[in-house]
Amino acid sequence: MTGISARAAGTNNSWRVVDIVVAALMAVAGGVIFWAWSPGANLVSAPVNAVYPPLTGLYAGGWMVPAVLGMLIIRKPGAALFCETVAATGELIMGSQYGLTVLASGLLQGLGAELVFAALRYRRFNLPASLLAGAAAGLFCGLNDSFAPWGWNIAYEAADKFAYIVCTAVSGAVIAGALSWAATRALARTGALSSFASRKAATEPVFS
Amino acid sequence: MRQVLSLHGSTALLTRANPLAKSAAVVFITAVLALSIDWVSASTALLGELALFRLAGLTLRLLWQRGWPLILAAAGGGWSTAVLSADSGRILLDAGIWSISQGSLELGLGFMLRGLAIALAATLLMSCTDPTDLANALAQKARLPHRFVLGTLAAMRLVGLMAEEWQTIGMARRARGIGSHGSPLQRLRAMLGQSYGLLVQAVRRASRLAVTMEARGFGGARRSWARESTFSRLDVWVVLGGALIAAAALAAAVAAGTWHPVLA
Amino acid sequence: MAASGAGVRPAAVSARGWGWRHAGRSVPAVQGLDLDIRAGERVLLLGASGAGKSTLLHALAGVLGGGDDGADESGTLLLDGAAPRGQRGRAGLMQQDPETQVVLSRLGDDAAFGAENLAVPRGQIWQCVREALEDVGLSGFALDHPTSALSGGQKQRLALAGILAMRPGLVLLDEPTANLDPAGVLEVRDAVGRSLDKTGATLVVVEHRVAVWKDLVDRIVVLQPGGSGRPAVLLDGAPDEVLARSGRLLAAAGVWVPGHVPATRPRARAGAGPVLLSAEDLAVSRERPRRRGVPPVPVQSGIAAEVRAGQALTVTGPNGAGKSTFALTLAGLLAPSGGRVRASAALAAGAGTEPFKWKAKHLIARIGTVFQEPEHQFVTGRVHDELMVGPRHLGRGGDVVVELLQRLRLDHLAVANPYTLSGGEKRQLSVATVLAAHPQVLVLDEPTFGQDAGTWAELASFLSELLDAGTAVVSVTHDEEFTAVLGGTALRLGPARMEAGAA
Ligand SMILES: Nc1ncnc2c1ncn2[C@@H]1O[C@H](COP(=O)(O)OP(=O)(O)OP(=O)(O)O)[C@@H](O)[C@H]1O
Ligand SMILES: Nc1ncnc2c1ncn2[C@@H]1O[C@H](COP(=O)(O)OP(=O)(O)OP(=O)(O)O)[C@@H](O)[C@H]1O
Ligand SMILES: [Mg+2]
Ligand SMILES: [Mg+2]
Repeated sequence: MTGISARAAGTNNSWRVVDIVVAALMAVAGGVIFWAWSPGANLVSAPVNAVYPPLTGLYAGGWMVPAVLGMLIIRKPGAALFCETVAATGELIMGSQYGLTVLASGLLQGLGAELVFAALRYRRFNLPASLLAGAAAGLFCGLNDSFAPWGWNIAYEAADKFAYIVCTAVSGAVIAGALSWAATRALARTGALSSFASRKAATEPVFS
Repeated sequence: MRQVLSLHGSTALLTRANPLAKSAAVVFITAVLALSIDWVSASTALLGELALFRLAGLTLRLLWQRGWPLILAAAGGGWSTAVLSADSGRILLDAGIWSISQGSLELGLGFMLRGLAIALAATLLMSCTDPTDLANALAQKARLPHRFVLGTLAAMRLVGLMAEEWQTIGMARRARGIGSHGSPLQRLRAMLGQSYGLLVQAVRRASRLAVTMEARGFGGARRSWARESTFSRLDVWVVLGGALIAAAALAAAVAAGTWHPVLA
Repeated sequence: MAASGAGVRPAAVSARGWGWRHAGRSVPAVQGLDLDIRAGERVLLLGASGAGKSTLLHALAGVLGGGDDGADESGTLLLDGAAPRGQRGRAGLMQQDPETQVVLSRLGDDAAFGAENLAVPRGQIWQCVREALEDVGLSGFALDHPTSALSGGQKQRLALAGILAMRPGLVLLDEPTANLDPAGVLEVRDAVGRSLDKTGATLVVVEHRVAVWKDLVDRIVVLQPGGSGRPAVLLDGAPDEVLARSGRLLAAAGVWVPGHVPATRPRARAGAGPVLLSAEDLAVSRERPRRRGVPPVPVQSGIAAEVRAGQALTVTGPNGAGKSTFALTLAGLLAPSGGRVRASAALAAGAGTEPFKWKAKHLIARIGTVFQEPEHQFVTGRVHDELMVGPRHLGRGGDVVVELLQRLRLDHLAVANPYTLSGGEKRQLSVATVLAAHPQVLVLDEPTFGQDAGTWAELASFLSELLDAGTAVVSVTHDEEFTAVLGGTALRLGPARMEAGAA
């Protein structure tokens, strides 16, 4: 393949066509991978659900991968929000057990990650930032599920809600945060990100 | 997944309605159901939705195909609600962290039906809505920025291809000696490797698709639309129908005295 | 020029000392390009693999680089006297991969996409679209026909229609017929001709085989790779004149000159060895059975074939016939949907008679497969590492890799990223990766597409050597010269069995 896209990238914050398409596909691909994993995941989650339902929160991080991954790759304001919303839309189209409310959870999870990157003024995309963003997305996911009227855990007792939120936050940090960070570095190593601000992600320092 | 993404050949009435009108109807229903966990409002809405599945172009078989995973999921949600919600009334089961009382069982049942009704509404919506029409409506009528809407639409089209790609990449890796046989750990590693391969392919494909789109002039501020997104009289009926189902669910629950607002 | 051509203003190109170096490369892809293309001219752009043809086309379409860090441009390249990047819609580019050429999921919408982006009024769009679809021979389809249900060849036509509907002043086609069967090649070429006759637009087409386009173009330009220090244009002139005068020079530059097949090493031993692999009443399909007992409708069934040591087997057939599906099944990568693939004891060497059940490690030492789409098989970030994957898994050294790099002319790219190679270079690399594992049976899906004459001859010679040494070679190909060099037996698959309801 030769050209990637027109117009300069640099520190420009406006989205190019290639940013939009790659971000959207990233979100959708996250959905497909998750979909391919889910038979195995169901095997794991059914007994967990039978034993102590809040533990299923440990698995929730998978849904928040697009938010963190999208931002780590595109590095433009709004990327986390956009990717997670698109991922939720994709899930809606493929058939979601949450109905339209999946859009609300997508928006909120994306917002969680977005706020962290915004607080870092879209300058830090290292491991701590990713973990934090993942945890924030997880936190918002847990809050949404526990306190929004459409949340699936709305009727739980307070202690169970709390346990669930801790689980989603941890899961968000580990699965969405750490995994996305590692995936971005691996992607950068293949040269696939050559037209994005993250092209050098593989050689960036881990902590600063 | 391909079939889900294309409505080719469907002549059902609701496929002709504007996606925004249909969405509005589903929003009404979802909103009312979200306000309360009770089995009366949920089953009223569920019945209303089931009466419409033909209009959305579904057959009984298709409905079952798409419906059973939703039932499983809703049952899981019902179970966890039943064991974890605050107890009231007679205790039916008490085993350590689990306890089910009459009150919590009723809540669990209501929760399950509610989840099902919410999910089914969206399933009906999506089975009579072509993503292209939805994008057209979002960009032309809801005035969302067209670059984002169409960029996403183009990426969505690759979804079906990605599912195929998953299989192809699996084969290609096997042909290179990186297989998915062996112990669970080896399999997990192979799975991760394959996911990674898919991700790389996804980024490459999307980058190339972006070039294709730009090579066809995409990305400017102004564009025209070959297909106009319009509202018709049908859309009025669709919105009214959604409102009607929502109102009926509410009225039935209030009349039966089961209305149970979640935020009270 | 017919009346409907009104509104198309043919574009002119002018390059002065233009050059481009890709990010991460030390040598420019194009260097010192001086070229003028008059409005309305039709140019066939030739050159060896990696000569920078695609790079130039992307630059003309205004989609080159931009975001890439470290890419380097020199000189000027102008479209109607201004930089191509700012002139959206003046040039329409058709890239090679048909799958990423399709943007939307309905045929009519996809063809209209370009025109919409140029803000053409609605009424006019549909008129352009209908005309363009008719030009490329797709007018038989409904406008809402799903694009995913088109075959590879039809997708390529649709991509062309999308570009024609934009009414660009400059039509840029990058190997538009690479994956088509012989009948499809002529159809697409004629579609281009018809449309140009109508609009009078300028054309630049890249293709390795001259014969197809010779009569449609009025000028041939041959590029040579950048980094040689010489100007980019090697030859330039009217087709007949260039072909008559500089046939030898062209052949040396890796161009396919009509009537001239590059010299290859002849087969030394004709006899065939023992059967290694056989297909018995085989039915093939990509789709896996959805439920137990309900097999998918196979694309092909009742295939019988034998693969013998030291013998070539060539698989041919129209686009969409199921050739690739068959090759993958034979190679033990897809499960047969009926019948069986049996490995002889000599090949299996203790691994069982069904290749599909072998472990990956056992597979690569016995059967090597080259996919139709090279990129699917790349698993590392460097050409050299890519070649080492096979030998390393088998616990062998890397001597063979050095030789392969040299023979397939990839040595200057050893540290490059496989994904950034040119189309032809990717193909060579994917073939080389399989050769490096030295399997007993080679299964090659379109091994010669997009190859210039030089690397083509090298590959054919290499395979003829392997055949003489007792390797079996199965190739899926539309390439008759290639089949002639390898000899052996042929298997022709008829048109695929279509599922009920498919158009
Ligand atoms: N994105 C890229 N990054 C780095 N190098 C590149 C990139 N694209 C192409 N190249 C290199 O630039 C050179 C010219 O490539 P180009 O694709 O223009 O060749 P080509 O003439 O089209 O060859 P082919 O006939 O094989 O398609 C090649 O050596 C290739 O490896
Ligand atoms: N990944 C896939 N999943 C499902 N069906 C596919 C897939 N790839 C191809 N097909 C279908 O299977 C049939 C056979 O495809 P195949 O790729 O084997 O054809 P082919 O003979 O190799 O064609 P070509 O000459 O275009 O490469 C086609 O009708 C095609 O639409
Ligand atoms: Mg090329
Ligand atoms: Mg094929």
